[in-house]
Amino acid sequence: MIDREQVQKVAHLARLNLTSEEETQFTGQLSDILEYFEQLSELDTSEVAPTTRAIDMSNVSRPDQLQPCEDREIILESAPDRDGEFFKVPKIVNAE
Amino acid sequence: MSSIRELHRQLTHKERSAVEITQEALERIQALEPKLHSFLHVTADHALEQAQKVDAKIAAGEEISPLAGIPIGIKDNLCTRGIPTTCASRILENFVPPYESAVTEKLTAAGAVMVGKTNLDEFAMGSSTENSAFQVTANPWDLERVPGGSSGGSAAAVAGGECVVALGSDTGGSIRQPASLCGIVGMKPTYGLVSRYGLVAYASSLDQIGPFGRSVEDAAILLGAIAGHDPRDATSLKVSIPDYASTLKPDLKPRRKLKIGVIQETFGQGLDPIVEATVTKAVEQLQSLGAEIQVVSCPQFRYGLPTYYIIAPSEASANLARYDGVKYGFRTKDPDNLLSMYTETRAQGFGAEVKRRIMIGTYTLSAGYYDAYYLKAQKVRTLIKQDFEQAFGKVDILVCPTSPTTAFKAGDKTADPLSMYLTDLMTIPVNLAGLPAISLPCGFDDQGLPIGLQLIGNVLREDLLLEVAYCYEQSTSWHQRSPQL
Repeated sequence: MIDREQVQKVAHLARLNLTSEEETQFTGQLSDILEYFEQLSELDTSEVAPTTRAIDMSNVSRPDQLQPCEDREIILESAPDRDGEFFKVPKIVNAE
Repeated sequence: MSSIRELHRQLTHKERSAVEITQEALERIQALEPKLHSFLHVTADHALEQAQKVDAKIAAGEEISPLAGIPIGIKDNLCTRGIPTTCASRILENFVPPYESAVTEKLTAAGAVMVGKTNLDEFAMGSSTENSAFQVTANPWDLERVPGGSSGGSAAAVAGGECVVALGSDTGGSIRQPASLCGIVGMKPTYGLVSRYGLVAYASSLDQIGPFGRSVEDAAILLGAIAGHDPRDATSLKVSIPDYASTLKPDLKPRRKLKIGVIQETFGQGLDPIVEATVTKAVEQLQSLGAEIQVVSCPQFRYGLPTYYIIAPSEASANLARYDGVKYGFRTKDPDNLLSMYTETRAQGFGAEVKRRIMIGTYTLSAGYYDAYYLKAQKVRTLIKQDFEQAFGKVDILVCPTSPTTAFKAGDKTADPLSMYLTDLMTIPVNLAGLPAISLPCGFDDQGLPIGLQLIGNVLREDLLLEVAYCYEQSTSWHQRSPQL
Protein backbone atom coordinates (compact mmCIF):
# COMPACT_ATOMS: atom_id res chain seq x y z
CA MET A 1 0.00 0.00 0.00
CA ILE A 2 2.70 2.48 0.96
CA ASP A 3 6.43 1.81 0.68
CA ARG A 4 9.39 3.22 2.51
CA GLU A 5 10.18 5.69 -0.24
CA GLN A 6 6.65 7.13 -0.10
CA VAL A 7 6.89 7.36 3.68
CA GLN A 8 10.09 9.38 3.29
CA LYS A 9 8.43 11.64 0.74
CA VAL A 10 5.40 12.25 2.97
CA ALA A 11 7.66 12.89 5.98
CA HIS A 12 9.48 15.51 3.96
CA LEU A 13 6.19 17.18 2.97
CA ALA A 14 5.17 17.17 6.65
CA ARG A 15 8.58 18.54 7.73
CA LEU A 16 9.18 15.58 10.00
CA ASN A 17 12.63 14.08 10.33
CA LEU A 18 11.95 10.37 10.93
CA THR A 19 14.49 7.91 12.30
CA SER A 20 15.11 4.74 10.35
CA GLU A 21 13.11 2.76 12.97
CA GLU A 22 10.20 5.19 12.63
CA GLU A 23 10.29 4.80 8.85
CA THR A 24 10.07 1.03 9.20
CA GLN A 25 7.29 1.23 11.77
CA PHE A 26 5.23 3.81 9.86
CA THR A 27 5.59 1.92 6.57
CA GLY A 28 3.90 -1.09 8.18
CA GLN A 29 1.33 0.79 10.26
CA LEU A 30 0.32 3.25 7.56
CA SER A 31 -0.13 0.39 5.09
CA ASP A 32 -2.49 -1.34 7.55
CA ILE A 33 -4.42 1.88 8.14
CA LEU A 34 -4.70 2.72 4.42
CA GLU A 35 -5.89 -0.81 3.77
CA TYR A 36 -8.54 -0.32 6.44
CA PHE A 37 -9.71 2.82 4.59
CA GLU A 38 -10.31 0.69 1.48
CA GLN A 39 -13.73 -0.38 2.81
CA LEU A 40 -15.04 3.06 1.83
CA SER A 41 -14.81 2.01 -1.82
CA GLU A 42 -17.76 -0.33 -1.13
CA LEU A 43 -19.96 2.77 -1.14
CA ASP A 44 -21.08 4.39 -4.37
CA THR A 45 -20.60 8.12 -3.82
CA SER A 46 -20.64 9.25 -7.45
CA GLU A 47 -23.84 11.26 -6.86
CA VAL A 48 -23.03 12.44 -3.33
CA ALA A 49 -21.91 15.95 -2.46
CA PRO A 50 -19.05 16.24 0.05
CA THR A 51 -19.70 17.56 3.58
CA THR A 52 -17.13 20.12 4.60
CA ARG A 53 -18.67 21.25 7.86
CA ALA A 54 -20.78 19.52 10.47
CA ILE A 55 -23.45 22.21 10.69
CA ASP A 56 -24.18 24.33 7.64
CA MET A 57 -23.64 28.03 8.08
CA SER A 58 -23.80 30.85 5.58
CA ASN A 59 -20.93 33.31 5.26
CA VAL A 60 -19.98 34.66 8.64
CA SER A 61 -18.93 38.26 8.67
CA ARG A 62 -18.29 40.89 11.31
CA PRO A 63 -17.54 44.61 11.25
CA ASP A 64 -13.89 45.24 10.46
CA GLN A 65 -13.04 47.05 13.67
CA LEU A 66 -9.58 47.41 15.12
CA GLN A 67 -9.02 45.45 18.32
CA PRO A 68 -6.09 45.95 20.67
CA CYS A 69 -3.42 43.27 20.16
CA GLU A 70 -2.20 41.11 23.02
CA ASP A 71 0.85 42.47 24.82
CA ARG A 72 3.65 42.55 22.21
CA GLU A 73 6.39 41.95 24.76
CA ILE A 74 4.69 38.80 26.13
CA ILE A 75 4.31 37.42 22.60
CA LEU A 76 7.97 38.08 21.74
CA GLU A 77 9.02 36.62 25.09
CA SER A 78 7.27 33.34 24.17
CA ALA A 79 9.62 32.85 21.22
CA PRO A 80 12.41 30.27 21.51
CA ASP A 81 14.85 32.93 20.24
CA ARG A 82 14.50 36.66 19.69
CA ASP A 83 16.59 39.65 18.79
CA GLY A 84 15.03 42.80 20.17
CA GLU A 85 11.69 43.20 18.48
CA PHE A 86 12.29 40.34 16.02
CA PHE A 87 11.78 36.58 16.08
CA LYS A 88 15.21 35.07 15.43
CA VAL A 89 15.63 32.06 13.10
CA PRO A 90 18.69 30.38 11.57
CA LYS A 91 20.17 31.89 8.45
CA ILE A 92 17.91 31.09 5.51
CA VAL A 93 19.95 32.21 2.52
CA ASN A 94 22.14 29.12 2.50
CA ALA A 95 19.28 26.71 3.07
CA GLU A 96 18.23 24.41 0.22
CA MET B 1 -17.31 15.85 46.63
CA SER B 2 -20.93 17.00 46.73
CA SER B 3 -23.00 18.19 43.80
CA ILE B 4 -22.88 21.77 42.48
CA ARG B 5 -26.34 22.43 43.88
CA GLU B 6 -25.41 21.17 47.37
CA LEU B 7 -22.13 23.13 47.43
CA HIS B 8 -23.97 26.23 46.27
CA ARG B 9 -26.45 25.79 49.10
CA GLN B 10 -23.63 25.43 51.63
CA LEU B 11 -21.93 28.56 50.28
CA THR B 12 -25.04 30.74 50.25
CA HIS B 13 -26.06 29.52 53.70
CA LYS B 14 -22.52 30.28 54.89
CA GLU B 15 -22.07 26.74 56.18
CA ARG B 16 -18.75 26.54 54.35
CA SER B 17 -16.54 29.02 52.55
CA ALA B 18 -15.27 28.73 48.99
CA VAL B 19 -11.74 28.61 50.38
CA GLU B 20 -12.66 25.59 52.54
CA ILE B 21 -14.21 23.79 49.58
CA THR B 22 -11.15 24.57 47.45
CA GLN B 23 -8.82 23.37 50.19
CA GLU B 24 -10.74 20.12 50.40
CA ALA B 25 -10.31 19.61 46.66
CA LEU B 26 -6.61 20.48 46.80
CA GLU B 27 -6.06 18.05 49.69
CA ARG B 28 -7.84 15.31 47.77
CA ILE B 29 -5.69 16.06 44.72
CA GLN B 30 -2.56 15.87 46.85
CA ALA B 31 -3.65 12.54 48.31
CA LEU B 32 -4.78 10.95 45.03
CA GLU B 33 -2.38 12.28 42.41
CA PRO B 34 0.34 9.73 43.20
CA LYS B 35 -2.22 7.09 42.13
CA LEU B 36 -4.29 8.81 39.44
CA HIS B 37 -1.98 11.31 37.67
CA SER B 38 -5.01 13.21 36.39
CA PHE B 39 -3.41 16.65 36.47
CA LEU B 40 -0.48 18.04 34.52
CA HIS B 41 -0.43 21.21 36.62
CA VAL B 42 -2.21 21.87 39.89
CA THR B 43 -3.03 25.58 40.16
CA ALA B 44 -3.40 25.82 43.95
CA ASP B 45 -2.50 29.51 44.37
CA HIS B 46 -4.72 30.57 41.51
CA ALA B 47 -7.56 28.46 42.93
CA LEU B 48 -7.33 29.89 46.44
CA GLU B 49 -7.20 33.43 45.07
CA GLN B 50 -10.31 32.80 43.00
CA ALA B 51 -12.06 31.20 46.02
CA GLN B 52 -11.24 34.24 48.17
CA LYS B 53 -12.93 36.48 45.62
CA VAL B 54 -16.06 34.33 45.83
CA ASP B 55 -16.00 34.47 49.63
CA ALA B 56 -15.65 38.26 49.49
CA LYS B 57 -18.71 38.45 47.26
CA ILE B 58 -20.72 36.28 49.64
CA ALA B 59 -19.58 38.37 52.59
CA ALA B 60 -20.65 41.52 50.76
CA GLY B 61 -24.11 40.03 50.30
CA GLU B 62 -23.77 39.81 46.52
CA GLU B 63 -25.52 37.11 44.55
CA ILE B 64 -23.23 34.36 43.23
CA SER B 65 -23.68 32.12 40.21
CA PRO B 66 -24.22 28.35 40.71
CA LEU B 67 -20.63 27.67 39.64
CA ALA B 68 -19.07 30.21 42.00
CA GLY B 69 -16.63 28.51 44.34
CA ILE B 70 -16.95 25.14 42.56
CA PRO B 71 -13.61 23.31 41.98
CA ILE B 72 -13.18 22.51 38.30
CA GLY B 73 -10.55 20.78 36.18
CA ILE B 74 -9.64 22.12 32.73
CA LYS B 75 -8.25 19.95 29.94
CA ASP B 76 -4.75 21.13 29.11
CA ASN B 77 -5.57 21.95 25.48
CA LEU B 78 -7.58 24.99 26.60
CA CYS B 79 -5.50 28.16 26.77
CA THR B 80 -5.24 29.80 30.17
CA ARG B 81 -3.45 33.14 30.36
CA GLY B 82 -0.27 32.96 32.39
CA ILE B 83 -0.78 29.26 33.19
CA PRO B 84 1.03 26.55 31.18
CA THR B 85 -1.00 24.94 28.39
CA THR B 86 0.95 21.97 27.05
CA CYS B 87 -1.54 19.74 25.18
CA ALA B 88 0.52 17.00 26.87
CA SER B 89 3.16 17.60 24.18
CA ARG B 90 6.88 18.28 24.42
CA ILE B 91 6.46 20.83 21.67
CA LEU B 92 4.35 23.02 24.00
CA GLU B 93 6.05 21.99 27.26
CA ASN B 94 7.06 25.57 28.08
CA PHE B 95 4.15 27.34 26.43
CA VAL B 96 2.36 29.92 28.58
CA PRO B 97 -0.54 31.40 26.60
CA PRO B 98 -0.78 35.18 26.33
CA TYR B 99 -4.57 34.87 26.08
CA GLU B 100 -7.52 33.09 27.66
CA SER B 101 -9.92 30.64 25.99
CA ALA B 102 -13.56 31.72 25.70
CA VAL B 103 -14.79 28.91 27.96
CA THR B 104 -12.33 29.51 30.80
CA GLU B 105 -13.01 33.24 30.53
CA LYS B 106 -16.72 32.53 31.06
CA LEU B 107 -16.03 30.15 33.94
CA THR B 108 -13.73 32.63 35.67
CA ALA B 109 -16.39 35.31 35.32
CA ALA B 110 -18.90 32.88 36.89
CA GLY B 111 -16.54 32.41 39.84
CA ALA B 112 -15.64 28.76 39.12
CA VAL B 113 -12.38 27.72 40.78
CA MET B 114 -9.91 26.08 38.40
CA VAL B 115 -7.84 23.66 40.48
CA GLY B 116 -5.64 22.45 37.65
CA LYS B 117 -5.03 21.50 34.04
CA THR B 118 -5.81 17.89 33.26
CA ASN B 119 -3.87 15.27 31.34
CA LEU B 120 -4.80 14.17 27.81
CA ASP B 121 -3.53 12.25 24.86
CA GLU B 122 -1.04 14.53 23.11
CA PHE B 123 -3.02 17.13 21.11
CA ALA B 124 -6.18 15.14 22.01
CA MET B 125 -5.13 12.32 19.67
CA GLY B 126 -5.91 9.04 21.35
CA SER B 127 -8.44 6.96 23.23
CA SER B 128 -6.59 6.05 26.44
CA THR B 129 -4.55 9.12 27.56
CA GLU B 130 -1.47 6.91 27.14
CA ASN B 131 -0.25 9.24 24.37
CA SER B 132 0.51 11.99 26.90
CA ALA B 133 4.18 12.96 26.69
CA PHE B 134 4.31 13.42 30.47
CA GLN B 135 2.31 10.82 32.39
CA VAL B 136 -0.18 7.98 32.18
CA THR B 137 -3.47 8.61 33.97
CA ALA B 138 -5.08 5.71 35.83
CA ASN B 139 -8.73 4.72 35.85
CA PRO B 140 -10.06 5.36 39.39
CA TRP B 141 -12.05 2.09 39.28
CA ASP B 142 -8.96 -0.01 38.56
CA LEU B 143 -5.58 1.69 38.61
CA GLU B 144 -4.12 -0.77 36.10
CA ARG B 145 -6.63 0.28 33.49
CA VAL B 146 -6.86 3.35 31.28
CA PRO B 147 -9.40 6.13 31.93
CA GLY B 148 -10.15 6.37 28.21
CA GLY B 149 -9.24 9.37 26.16
CA SER B 150 -8.37 11.79 25.02
CA SER B 151 -9.85 13.73 27.96
CA GLY B 152 -8.79 10.98 30.40
CA GLY B 153 -7.36 13.39 32.98
CA SER B 154 -10.64 15.32 33.26
CA ALA B 155 -12.68 12.09 33.50
CA ALA B 156 -10.42 10.51 36.14
CA ALA B 157 -10.29 13.74 38.19
CA VAL B 158 -14.10 13.97 38.33
CA ALA B 159 -14.60 10.24 38.96
CA GLY B 160 -11.96 10.31 41.69
CA GLY B 161 -13.50 13.37 43.36
CA GLU B 162 -10.47 15.60 42.79
CA CYS B 163 -12.83 18.24 41.42
CA VAL B 164 -16.60 18.53 41.04
CA VAL B 165 -16.78 19.03 37.28
CA ALA B 166 -14.33 19.36 34.41
CA LEU B 167 -14.06 20.47 30.81
CA GLY B 168 -12.92 18.26 27.98
CA SER B 169 -12.92 18.37 24.21
CA ASP B 170 -14.52 15.80 21.93
CA THR B 171 -13.41 15.32 18.32
CA GLY B 172 -14.32 11.64 17.88
CA GLY B 173 -15.49 10.65 21.38
CA SER B 174 -12.85 12.22 23.62
CA ILE B 175 -15.41 13.27 26.25
CA ARG B 176 -17.99 10.48 26.01
CA GLN B 177 -15.62 7.50 25.86
CA PRO B 178 -13.60 8.47 28.99
CA ALA B 179 -16.86 9.38 30.77
CA SER B 180 -18.11 5.88 29.99
CA LEU B 181 -14.89 4.17 31.10
CA CYS B 182 -14.77 6.22 34.33
CA GLY B 183 -18.47 5.88 35.25
CA ILE B 184 -19.44 9.55 35.01
CA VAL B 185 -21.49 11.86 32.77
CA GLY B 186 -19.84 13.44 29.73
CA MET B 187 -21.43 15.45 26.97
CA LYS B 188 -20.47 16.59 23.50
CA PRO B 189 -22.68 19.50 22.47
CA THR B 190 -23.85 20.37 18.94
CA TYR B 191 -20.99 21.57 16.76
CA GLY B 192 -20.93 25.34 17.17
CA LEU B 193 -22.79 25.57 20.51
CA VAL B 194 -19.63 26.26 22.55
CA SER B 195 -16.95 28.69 21.39
CA ARG B 196 -13.60 27.09 20.60
CA TYR B 197 -11.67 30.34 20.83
CA GLY B 198 -8.52 29.32 22.72
CA LEU B 199 -8.97 25.56 22.22
CA VAL B 200 -5.81 24.22 20.59
CA ALA B 201 -7.09 22.95 17.24
CA TYR B 202 -6.91 19.27 16.34
CA ALA B 203 -9.57 18.62 13.64
CA SER B 204 -11.52 21.83 13.20
CA SER B 205 -14.60 20.45 11.46
CA LEU B 206 -15.15 18.08 14.40
CA ASP B 207 -13.71 19.61 17.62
CA GLN B 208 -16.19 20.63 20.31
CA ILE B 209 -15.79 21.47 24.02
CA GLY B 210 -18.09 19.93 26.61
CA PRO B 211 -18.68 19.15 30.30
CA PHE B 212 -17.93 16.24 32.65
CA GLY B 213 -19.84 15.77 35.89
CA ARG B 214 -20.82 13.06 38.33
CA SER B 215 -24.47 13.78 37.60
CA VAL B 216 -26.55 14.96 34.66
CA GLU B 217 -27.50 18.06 36.60
CA ASP B 218 -23.87 19.05 37.20
CA ALA B 219 -23.09 18.57 33.50
CA ALA B 220 -26.18 20.62 32.57
CA ILE B 221 -25.15 23.50 34.82
CA LEU B 222 -21.63 23.52 33.37
CA LEU B 223 -22.89 23.32 29.79
CA GLY B 224 -25.20 26.29 30.37
CA ALA B 225 -22.24 28.31 31.63
CA ILE B 226 -20.00 27.69 28.60
CA ALA B 227 -22.53 27.66 25.72
CA GLY B 228 -23.33 30.67 23.59
CA HIS B 229 -22.29 32.69 20.56
CA ASP B 230 -18.79 34.13 20.31
CA PRO B 231 -17.69 36.21 17.31
CA ARG B 232 -14.11 35.00 17.84
CA ASP B 233 -15.10 31.50 16.64
CA ALA B 234 -16.49 31.67 13.08
CA THR B 235 -18.30 28.34 13.54
CA SER B 236 -20.10 29.57 16.66
CA LEU B 237 -23.89 29.40 16.29
CA LYS B 238 -26.09 32.43 16.98
CA VAL B 239 -28.71 30.71 19.12
CA SER B 240 -30.26 31.47 22.48
CA ILE B 241 -29.19 29.13 25.26
CA PRO B 242 -31.96 27.61 27.41
CA ASP B 243 -31.45 27.15 31.13
CA TYR B 244 -30.69 23.43 30.78
CA ALA B 245 -30.56 22.64 34.49
CA SER B 246 -33.88 24.26 35.43
CA THR B 247 -35.97 22.11 33.06
CA LEU B 248 -34.75 18.75 34.40
CA LYS B 249 -37.61 16.71 35.84
CA PRO B 250 -37.40 13.22 37.25
CA ASP B 251 -40.08 11.66 35.05
CA LEU B 252 -40.84 11.40 31.37
CA LYS B 253 -44.60 11.69 31.73
CA PRO B 254 -44.82 15.21 30.31
CA ARG B 255 -43.00 13.70 27.33
CA ARG B 256 -45.41 10.82 26.92
CA LYS B 257 -44.95 10.67 23.19
CA LEU B 258 -41.16 10.57 23.38
CA LYS B 259 -39.71 8.17 20.82
CA ILE B 260 -36.33 6.62 21.34
CA GLY B 261 -34.56 4.75 18.55
CA VAL B 262 -32.09 1.95 19.18
CA ILE B 263 -29.39 1.98 16.48
CA GLN B 264 -29.39 -1.66 15.39
CA GLU B 265 -25.95 -1.48 13.73
CA THR B 266 -24.29 -0.80 17.10
CA PHE B 267 -25.33 -4.16 18.55
CA GLY B 268 -23.83 -7.54 17.80
CA GLN B 269 -20.37 -8.19 16.44
CA GLY B 270 -17.51 -6.47 18.23
CA LEU B 271 -19.65 -5.51 21.21
CA ASP B 272 -18.72 -6.94 24.59
CA PRO B 273 -21.72 -9.18 25.58
CA ILE B 274 -21.97 -7.64 29.05
CA VAL B 275 -22.05 -4.15 27.54
CA GLU B 276 -24.76 -5.31 25.15
CA ALA B 277 -26.84 -6.86 27.95
CA THR B 278 -26.44 -3.81 30.19
CA VAL B 279 -27.34 -1.28 27.50
CA THR B 280 -30.33 -3.43 26.48
CA LYS B 281 -31.50 -3.28 30.10
CA ALA B 282 -31.10 0.48 30.11
CA VAL B 283 -33.27 0.71 26.98
CA GLU B 284 -35.95 -1.35 28.78
CA GLN B 285 -35.70 1.06 31.67
CA LEU B 286 -36.26 4.01 29.32
CA GLN B 287 -39.32 2.18 28.02
CA SER B 288 -40.67 1.63 31.51
CA LEU B 289 -40.21 5.38 32.11
CA GLY B 290 -42.70 6.01 29.33
CA ALA B 291 -40.63 6.24 26.14
CA GLU B 292 -41.70 4.45 23.00
CA ILE B 293 -38.80 2.31 21.76
CA GLN B 294 -38.14 1.66 18.07
CA VAL B 295 -35.31 -0.09 16.31
CA VAL B 296 -33.77 2.21 13.71
CA SER B 297 -31.12 1.60 11.12
CA CYS B 298 -28.11 3.78 10.32
CA PRO B 299 -26.61 1.60 7.56
CA GLN B 300 -23.51 3.76 7.14
CA PHE B 301 -22.69 3.87 10.87
CA ARG B 302 -19.75 1.49 10.60
CA TYR B 303 -18.12 3.60 7.89
CA GLY B 304 -17.76 6.39 10.42
CA LEU B 305 -14.45 5.07 11.70
CA PRO B 306 -12.51 4.95 8.41
CA THR B 307 -14.12 8.27 7.41
CA TYR B 308 -13.00 9.89 10.64
CA TYR B 309 -9.47 8.55 10.42
CA ILE B 310 -9.10 10.24 7.03
CA ILE B 311 -10.80 13.55 7.85
CA ALA B 312 -9.37 14.13 11.33
CA PRO B 313 -5.69 13.44 10.45
CA SER B 314 -6.05 15.52 7.26
CA GLU B 315 -7.23 18.50 9.26
CA ALA B 316 -4.66 17.78 11.97
CA SER B 317 -1.80 17.75 9.48
CA ALA B 318 -2.82 21.27 8.44
CA ASN B 319 -3.51 22.53 11.98
CA LEU B 320 -0.23 21.21 13.36
CA ALA B 321 1.83 22.78 10.57
CA ARG B 322 2.03 25.84 12.84
CA TYR B 323 4.44 24.10 15.21
CA ASP B 324 7.62 25.18 13.49
CA GLY B 325 9.76 26.34 16.39
CA VAL B 326 9.64 30.01 15.37
CA LYS B 327 7.21 31.99 17.48
CA TYR B 328 6.50 29.85 20.56
CA GLY B 329 7.00 26.40 21.96
CA PHE B 330 9.98 24.09 21.62
CA ARG B 331 12.83 24.55 19.15
CA THR B 332 15.62 22.05 18.52
CA LYS B 333 19.08 23.08 19.74
CA ASP B 334 21.51 24.65 17.28
CA PRO B 335 19.85 23.79 13.95
CA ASP B 336 22.08 23.98 10.87
CA ASN B 337 19.54 25.73 8.71
CA LEU B 338 15.87 26.64 8.53
CA LEU B 339 14.68 23.34 7.09
CA SER B 340 16.47 21.28 9.72
CA MET B 341 15.06 23.58 12.38
CA TYR B 342 11.57 22.61 11.22
CA THR B 343 12.18 18.91 10.71
CA GLU B 344 14.20 18.41 13.92
CA THR B 345 11.91 20.57 16.07
CA ARG B 346 8.93 18.54 14.93
CA ALA B 347 10.77 15.21 15.17
CA GLN B 348 11.77 15.90 18.77
CA GLY B 349 8.63 17.78 19.80
CA PHE B 350 5.89 15.41 18.65
CA GLY B 351 5.14 11.93 19.99
CA ALA B 352 4.51 8.80 17.90
CA GLU B 353 0.72 9.07 17.54
CA VAL B 354 0.84 12.73 16.55
CA LYS B 355 3.51 11.96 13.95
CA ARG B 356 1.42 9.04 12.70
CA ARG B 357 -1.66 11.23 12.23
CA ILE B 358 0.33 14.01 10.57
CA MET B 359 1.73 11.38 8.19
CA ILE B 360 -1.72 9.91 7.42
CA GLY B 361 -3.20 13.37 6.88
CA THR B 362 -0.34 14.60 4.73
CA TYR B 363 -0.65 11.48 2.60
CA THR B 364 -4.46 11.62 2.21
CA LEU B 365 -4.29 15.30 1.23
CA SER B 366 -1.35 14.92 -1.15
CA ALA B 367 -1.59 15.25 -4.91
CA GLY B 368 -2.91 12.09 -6.52
CA TYR B 369 -4.53 10.77 -3.33
CA TYR B 370 -6.85 13.64 -2.38
CA ASP B 371 -9.83 12.37 -4.37
CA ALA B 372 -9.42 8.75 -3.35
CA TYR B 373 -9.19 9.52 0.38
CA TYR B 374 -10.11 12.99 1.59
CA LEU B 375 -12.86 13.76 -0.94
CA LYS B 376 -14.22 10.23 -0.66
CA ALA B 377 -14.37 10.56 3.13
CA GLN B 378 -16.20 13.89 2.87
CA LYS B 379 -18.78 12.23 0.63
CA VAL B 380 -19.25 9.30 3.01
CA ARG B 381 -19.64 11.88 5.73
CA THR B 382 -22.67 13.17 3.84
CA LEU B 383 -24.15 9.65 3.79
CA ILE B 384 -23.58 9.24 7.54
CA LYS B 385 -25.25 12.59 8.17
CA GLN B 386 -28.22 11.55 6.00
CA ASP B 387 -28.62 8.35 8.02
CA PHE B 388 -29.02 10.42 11.17
CA GLU B 389 -31.39 12.87 9.46
CA GLN B 390 -33.60 9.98 8.42
CA ALA B 391 -33.50 8.45 11.89
CA PHE B 392 -34.50 11.76 13.47
CA GLY B 393 -37.45 11.87 11.11
CA LYS B 394 -38.79 8.89 13.08
CA VAL B 395 -37.54 9.32 16.64
CA ASP B 396 -36.52 12.09 19.07
CA ILE B 397 -33.47 10.48 20.64
CA LEU B 398 -31.11 7.71 19.55
CA VAL B 399 -29.52 5.27 21.94
CA CYS B 400 -26.49 2.96 21.73
CA PRO B 401 -23.48 1.96 23.84
CA THR B 402 -20.78 4.63 24.29
CA SER B 403 -17.87 2.21 24.12
CA PRO B 404 -17.84 -1.37 22.80
CA THR B 405 -15.94 -2.51 25.94
CA THR B 406 -15.28 -1.40 29.49
CA ALA B 407 -11.87 0.06 30.45
CA PHE B 408 -8.94 -1.92 29.06
CA LYS B 409 -5.54 -2.43 30.67
CA ALA B 410 -2.79 0.14 30.12
CA GLY B 411 -0.47 -1.07 27.37
CA ASP B 412 -3.05 -3.44 25.84
CA LYS B 413 -3.59 -1.48 22.64
CA THR B 414 -0.52 0.71 22.32
CA ALA B 415 1.32 -1.57 19.89
CA ASP B 416 -1.51 -1.65 17.35
CA PRO B 417 -2.89 1.80 16.41
CA LEU B 418 -5.89 0.34 14.57
CA SER B 419 -7.07 -1.62 17.60
CA MET B 420 -6.97 1.64 19.58
CA TYR B 421 -8.90 3.50 16.86
CA LEU B 422 -11.67 0.85 16.99
CA THR B 423 -12.56 1.86 20.56
CA ASP B 424 -14.17 5.02 19.11
CA LEU B 425 -16.54 3.11 16.83
CA MET B 426 -19.71 4.22 18.63
CA THR B 427 -18.87 7.86 19.24
CA ILE B 428 -17.27 8.99 15.97
CA PRO B 429 -20.36 9.10 13.68
CA VAL B 430 -21.92 11.66 16.05
CA ASN B 431 -19.02 14.08 15.51
CA LEU B 432 -19.16 13.61 11.75
CA ALA B 433 -22.82 14.69 11.85
CA GLY B 434 -22.21 17.51 14.37
CA LEU B 435 -24.88 16.20 16.75
CA PRO B 436 -25.09 16.48 20.54
CA ALA B 437 -24.63 13.29 22.58
CA ILE B 438 -24.23 12.35 26.21
CA SER B 439 -22.73 9.33 27.97
CA LEU B 440 -24.00 8.37 31.39
CA PRO B 441 -23.46 5.38 33.69
CA CYS B 442 -25.88 2.46 33.14
CA GLY B 443 -24.24 -0.39 35.02
CA PHE B 444 -21.06 -2.30 35.80
CA ASP B 445 -19.40 -5.39 34.40
CA ASP B 446 -18.43 -8.45 36.47
CA GLN B 447 -15.13 -6.80 37.38
CA GLY B 448 -16.82 -3.72 38.74
CA LEU B 449 -15.94 -1.54 35.76
CA PRO B 450 -18.48 1.08 34.65
CA ILE B 451 -20.55 0.82 31.46
CA GLY B 452 -21.82 3.89 29.62
CA LEU B 453 -25.09 4.55 27.81
CA GLN B 454 -24.92 6.95 24.88
CA LEU B 455 -27.91 9.11 24.03
CA ILE B 456 -27.74 11.09 20.79
CA GLY B 457 -29.95 14.09 20.08
CA ASN B 458 -30.88 16.06 17.00
CA VAL B 459 -29.08 19.35 16.25
CA LEU B 460 -29.37 21.74 19.22
CA ARG B 461 -31.57 19.40 21.25
CA GLU B 462 -29.27 19.42 24.27
CA ASP B 463 -32.34 20.32 26.34
CA LEU B 464 -34.20 17.12 25.44
CA LEU B 465 -31.06 15.03 25.69
CA LEU B 466 -30.39 16.25 29.21
CA GLU B 467 -34.03 15.78 30.23
CA VAL B 468 -34.05 12.15 29.10
CA ALA B 469 -30.62 11.48 30.61
CA TYR B 470 -31.75 13.01 33.90
CA CYS B 471 -34.90 10.91 33.98
CA TYR B 472 -32.95 7.73 33.39
CA GLU B 473 -30.32 8.68 35.96
CA GLN B 474 -32.89 9.51 38.65
CA SER B 475 -34.55 6.13 38.16
CA THR B 476 -31.26 4.28 38.77
CA SER B 477 -28.50 4.42 41.36
CA TRP B 478 -25.45 3.89 39.16
CA HIS B 479 -24.31 7.49 39.50
CA GLN B 480 -24.24 7.18 43.27
CA ARG B 481 -21.45 4.62 43.24
CA SER B 482 -17.90 5.86 43.72
CA PRO B 483 -14.58 4.11 43.19
CA GLN B 484 -12.70 2.96 46.31
CA LEU B 485 -9.52 5.01 46.36
